[in-house]
Amino acid sequence: MKRRRLSNAELNEAASHYDGPYKPYDLVKELFVAICVVATLALLFTVFFSSPDEKPSTVAQWSRDLPVDFLNTAVSELDGTSGTATYGPPYNHNGEGQIVWFIHLQSWLGVSHPINTAQDYVYSPLATVPGDPLLRAAVAEYRESPAKVQATWTNAYLAALVKATVVGNGSVLIPKGNYGPLPTMMNELLTLAQSGAFDGDLLTSDQFYQTDYTKSLLFMADGGELAARAQAQHLLGEQWGMMNETGSYPGQVWLWLYTFWYQIQPFSTSDNADVLVMMIMGVLSVALILVPFIPGVRDIPRWIPIYRYIWRDHYRELRSVAAGPSGDGSGGSGGPPPADPVSPPPAAAAST
Amino acid sequence: MSAGAGAKKSWTVRLREAGVAAMPPERLLPDGQPTYMSSWIYVFGVLTIAALVVIIGSGTILGLKGPAWWHYTGIGHFFNSIHLWAVEMFFFFMVIHLWGKFFMAAWRGGRSRVWMSGTITFLVSIAAAFTGYVSQQNFDSQWISTQAKDGLNSTGIGAFFNVLNFGQMYTYHVLLLPVVVIALVSAHILLVRRHGIVPPLPLPELGAQGLAGAGAPSGAGAAEPAP
Repeated sequence: MKRRRLSNAELNEAASHYDGPYKPYDLVKELFVAICVVATLALLFTVFFSSPDEKPSTVAQWSRDLPVDFLNTAVSELDGTSGTATYGPPYNHNGEGQIVWFIHLQSWLGVSHPINTAQDYVYSPLATVPGDPLLRAAVAEYRESPAKVQATWTNAYLAALVKATVVGNGSVLIPKGNYGPLPTMMNELLTLAQSGAFDGDLLTSDQFYQTDYTKSLLFMADGGELAARAQAQHLLGEQWGMMNETGSYPGQVWLWLYTFWYQIQPFSTSDNADVLVMMIMGVLSVALILVPFIPGVRDIPRWIPIYRYIWRDHYRELRSVAAGPSGDGSGGSGGPPPADPVSPPPAAAAST
Repeated sequence: MSAGAGAKKSWTVRLREAGVAAMPPERLLPDGQPTYMSSWIYVFGVLTIAALVVIIGSGTILGLKGPAWWHYTGIGHFFNSIHLWAVEMFFFFMVIHLWGKFFMAAWRGGRSRVWMSGTITFLVSIAAAFTGYVSQQNFDSQWISTQAKDGLNSTGIGAFFNVLNFGQMYTYHVLLLPVVVIALVSAHILLVRRHGIVPPLPLPELGAQGLAGAGAPSGAGAAEPAP
């Protein structure tokens, strides 16, 4: 018998119809049993492992636990050096965003969630403090001062925070220096945050109901509270990031390939890592969808013949048919009849 | 019941006849399968659907009581746990199903749309699960959303898909993406039923006799030509 490797066209033709035997099969019963099995497994996992639910961080908690870090972040929002202040689209125009070649998708889509960090994270919350003429004067002095003077104050204040001490009531003491009105402003902001009022201020918009936490989350992400908790929970980018879950629970493990790219060069150190990884994953996703049309990739199942194991019973029967009753390899009609043959559904005979 | 033979066919009749022609009841819900379908790998498709049923059921209960319920009640936490583990199983079963179909070259015989609908379902399911993770209203969702924003913003998607906006993510999670997933899974199943389970790859050493159905008895076991 001459053996020849079938072409893809021949494989397609051979798979477009099936003339063989059928066996009885109850699809509805199979689905019912499967639902019962999965529901039981979910119930067992629930009973034995439950599910994680770490309480969310708040600005109040952050400012109480890490008051110096809170003040550092607040000053960086005020002088425009924080991550959010320099982010670019979709939050502001202070950065050009990530780029691949000549493609500037991030900037092309524009600023859709505008954030002015000094206004949103410092001036507006301080404006909610009622009847404090000293604070009003301090804010006015800062806003009316030249940028160069403001920078002198903020730089000196940030340097002083390195030597700051936290006293019992959660307030922060810094060495004496030329900080202008900043101590008045920042001390009031810290008090506001520790009281819990800051959390509400960040959600305030023109309407009563709130569902948008963009400002709050960006502010907290600029600080160290979220990252400190994430590191303890093995959630940092270099710890395979967001595919993990808090505690020892399986997280979004299906994101392993996406997370993988961030662990290797050049992505682990690139300023454009996000857009590069997204682009790679986009290409790979399209390739996954188009596997049937990609020469080489669609041939892998023939090169790695796992199919011989999957259909081993079928092949055993075919070999027995091919061997014939006398074992002369003449094939023909001597094979064992299928068990309980039934009328085939048109589905299996459908020619495509 | 028909209004009468010879009458001009209404749109309804045409739709019904086209539906029945494309998918006769015995093709939609067959009571037999090819004999080559005898491996555990075939179980993972239906297990994926079963997990989706449990996800939708537990998610519906969570949705009925609102997004904060599961944080402060034991019964709410219970259903959240059911939801979580069903999602983990859903992806586990679906990935095995996907790999199984890959190594069966299940796109053969004009079944490329079956493969494509399945892989698109996989990708949309990842988005659906992701919006669930950022809708949890706990530290996990805070961290995941603040990390994920950079990837989405870098492509411009963040301009209209804001992972820091709980209201938007929750809507995507409980309505928009589940509808897409259910529609895709339905299309996938209908395509499988229309084209049938892919026959085994021919064994090279058996030549023409290695083709599926070779040596089958004529008559009772043979399939009728497709309409």
